[in-house]
Amino acid sequence: MDFSLLFNHFWEFTITGLAFGAIYALIALGYTLVYGVLRLINFAHSEVFMWGGFAAVWVLLAFGASQASGLGIVGLLVVAFATAMAASALVALGLEFVAYRPLRKRNSPPLIALISAIGASYTLSETMGLRDKPFKLLGIDNKMVDYVGRPREASPFGLNIETKRLFHVFDYQVSNKDLIVLGSAIVMMILLDQFMQRSRLGRGIRAVAQDPESAAMMGVNRDRVIRLTFVIGGAMAGAAAVMYLLKVEQIRYNSGFLLGVKAFTAAVLGGIGNLRGALLGGFILGVAENYGQAIFGGQWKDVVAFTLLVVILLFRPTGLLGESLGKARA
Amino acid sequence: MLLEVDDLCVNYGRIEAIRNISFKVDEGEVVTLIGANGAGKTTTMKTVSGLRPVRAGAIRFNGEDITAMPAHERPVLGIAQSPEGRGCFIGMTVLENLDMGAYARKDRKTPKIKEDRDRVFGLFPRLAERRSQVAGTMSGGEQQMLAIGRALMASPKLLLLDEPSMGLAPKLIQQIFDIITEINKQGTTVLLVEQNAAQALKRAHRAYILETGEIVREGTGQELANDPAVKASYLGGDV
Repeated sequence: MDFSLLFNHFWEFTITGLAFGAIYALIALGYTLVYGVLRLINFAHSEVFMWGGFAAVWVLLAFGASQASGLGIVGLLVVAFATAMAASALVALGLEFVAYRPLRKRNSPPLIALISAIGASYTLSETMGLRDKPFKLLGIDNKMVDYVGRPREASPFGLNIETKRLFHVFDYQVSNKDLIVLGSAIVMMILLDQFMQRSRLGRGIRAVAQDPESAAMMGVNRDRVIRLTFVIGGAMAGAAAVMYLLKVEQIRYNSGFLLGVKAFTAAVLGGIGNLRGALLGGFILGVAENYGQAIFGGQWKDVVAFTLLVVILLFRPTGLLGESLGKARA
Repeated sequence: MLLEVDDLCVNYGRIEAIRNISFKVDEGEVVTLIGANGAGKTTTMKTVSGLRPVRAGAIRFNGEDITAMPAHERPVLGIAQSPEGRGCFIGMTVLENLDMGAYARKDRKTPKIKEDRDRVFGLFPRLAERRSQVAGTMSGGEQQMLAIGRALMASPKLLLLDEPSMGLAPKLIQQIFDIITEINKQGTTVLLVEQNAAQALKRAHRAYILETGEIVREGTGQELANDPAVKASYLGGDV
């Protein structure tokens, strides 16, 4: 155990932790939203994230726009965010139609939906990992080698924008990437919060989460609300995928797994079903595991994250902010 | 006829919750269903709102067959319910709850909404005082008022009230029933389910008595209130 590293680089660990926490938080929103209206842990949400990341990489590849500088960065980010958010939202919606809706219509017990979620998760992940096979059958894998070649390796690139150090926060020089990740995450969070608080559909979502029967009596279409939560959660995961590409600079067919587990942890940490809880949980988890890494060494990062979860749940079994989407005002 | 229920049967799994019940509610009436716990009153109300699947029989509203219509389309026709146990959105404020009541209205962006909200606040001044309070932190009586007010915000033709007096202090019960009479006088048809048979019969134009899922008696409120058998079973001797 060594505290000197943490003390000497405190702000660096804090800010990079917050940036990763923002990624966890955005993914956590998807878990918590779906749980709020369906009481279902959508374990395939991690793969929704991963597919959004690949979609962004491929579209940029098709544009030949993997690198940018100056104003080009803005264009590149807009394309990346739009692509990833749309792709993830579509995958999430498809998931709901194929894996959950048919079960719901037959009144299946929650455990069956959970098995379906796990199955869907593997299917989405392995489809990405085996994507070269259908192209090989069609004989066009050589033409598409940038897209399907070496499918179990990392994607050829993330978002290659040059890292620029912008200003100091004490000893740490904040980079443009830190700012982009934190800034866009905060914008998304504010937009979502306002949507949930002020719009009619946002209220509809909260109403279904709080009392599905009363909501139906008021004229809220539950199926529509469910689709909407998958779309919103998916879009947030897509945005998180772009931030991940900025920070990690690559994505793999199985990148979703650990990130999904962490984001789910963040959602539980904050109180599953609670939107603001998911945000708080994400940031706390990101920062805490960074501190843990500094103190105990990099290989202990995940241990710290999950130990934190267990300890907090021992003292606050319903998570930090407790209430569900139903009861909380967010 | 505003509401016609014909030979309705509803099951919970294999258990028959209601069997072949038929009743009618005419425009402008207050009609009450009374009966003991488990007689099928709440099931009947939930089925009229579309929350329970119908096994057999038919429900018609304004002449239109709505037996298979999804629950969320029924408020558009003018059916609103204040459910048993109130069913307030406990994480929302009073104002948000009232807005939810108007969720299905086509004219929800017109000043008409504000007029209706003022009407609700006129009936329940308490709600006006607490407009920004979160529903979950209010007393049972206040939540009951909110549930009724929320249903009124739908500007319904037919207002379904399921046990509006449940768990309330006697003074408050009197007040709630006065308000129900007032709502009816303002032109809303009311279907009322109650365990407080004395009050319900006093306020209702007509009444039906449910026993173990079947209608066993019907008549005007006054007839049933003076019926010796009804008195013995539901009114605890004298009224």
